[in-house]
Amino acid sequence: MNTAVVILPGLNRDRDMIAALTKISGRAPATVWQTETSIPPVDLIVIPGGFSYGDYLRCGAIAARAPVMRAVAEAAGRGVPVLGVCNGFQILCETGLLPGVLMRNTSLRFVCREVKLKVANAETRFTTAYGNGQIIRCPVAHHDGNYFADEDILARVEGNGQVVFRYAEGTNPNGAVHDIAGIINEAGNVLGLMPHPENLIEPEHGGTDGRGIFESVMGGSALKAA
Amino acid sequence: MKARIIVTLKSGVLDPQGKAIQGALGALGFSGVGGVRQGKVFDVDLDTEDRAAAEADLRAMCDKLLANTVIENYTVEIF
Repeated sequence: MNTAVVILPGLNRDRDMIAALTKISGRAPATVWQTETSIPPVDLIVIPGGFSYGDYLRCGAIAARAPVMRAVAEAAGRGVPVLGVCNGFQILCETGLLPGVLMRNTSLRFVCREVKLKVANAETRFTTAYGNGQIIRCPVAHHDGNYFADEDILARVEGNGQVVFRYAEGTNPNGAVHDIAGIINEAGNVLGLMPHPENLIEPEHGGTDGRGIFESVMGGSALKAA
Repeated sequence: MKARIIVTLKSGVLDPQGKAIQGALGALGFSGVGGVRQGKVFDVDLDTEDRAAAEADLRAMCDKLLANTVIENYTVEIF
């Protein structure tokens, strides 16, 4: 399993993501700088979390117009799996690869804590390691995680089963509509989520609940023994 | 040519920052503030005298970057 991590100025979870991908796939990911116009052939592209371009204008807005994102969109169009975490999710929404937008948390506070996620769709290529309705633990750390989309978009996303993760009842940390924590595109190969599964993959992290996302998309055969 | 672009949140989109500002105005003793919505202003200098082309460009800038039309409206004013 070959992977690539997109690197943009201001990201700060890239090293965590690289460590997670290396550990789980057994190979270090390729790193692709924002000015690159192509991405090497890989089986998974990941956009990590952070504060690309200092969240200027809107979170993810400037990054979404970086040259590398045209290459990501092109690869996504060919069916290459793309995972965006936190700022990566915001960037995928700003590029239009995912519907909706992430707005300021309703509390106006940065939230950094563990939440419980409900797997709302275990049929996607990113979630086969989980069961439908399974509750998993996952840390969040963000200021702009308040997912919003208008009623038409929401109806479409809900109707298509594109909501993949929801904050479990009572744990919504940001005011996201319908408790949405993660959504997938219609084609089923682009997933964005606010929580950080890469920070819960080893017992030393306090749990391994985040591993399932990587294991699902990598498939059993590509996995290095844990 | 100078232009001003104003980006505002669409009605119905929750604006927690506007609400916090409204609360702060109340705390300062300004009574009767029924609502505050926060937006953005962009002052843009353009090297052209062609008004129509400038307006078309400015609108494209809004659609492609300055506004997220999922949640925001914009107006373009040319001086």
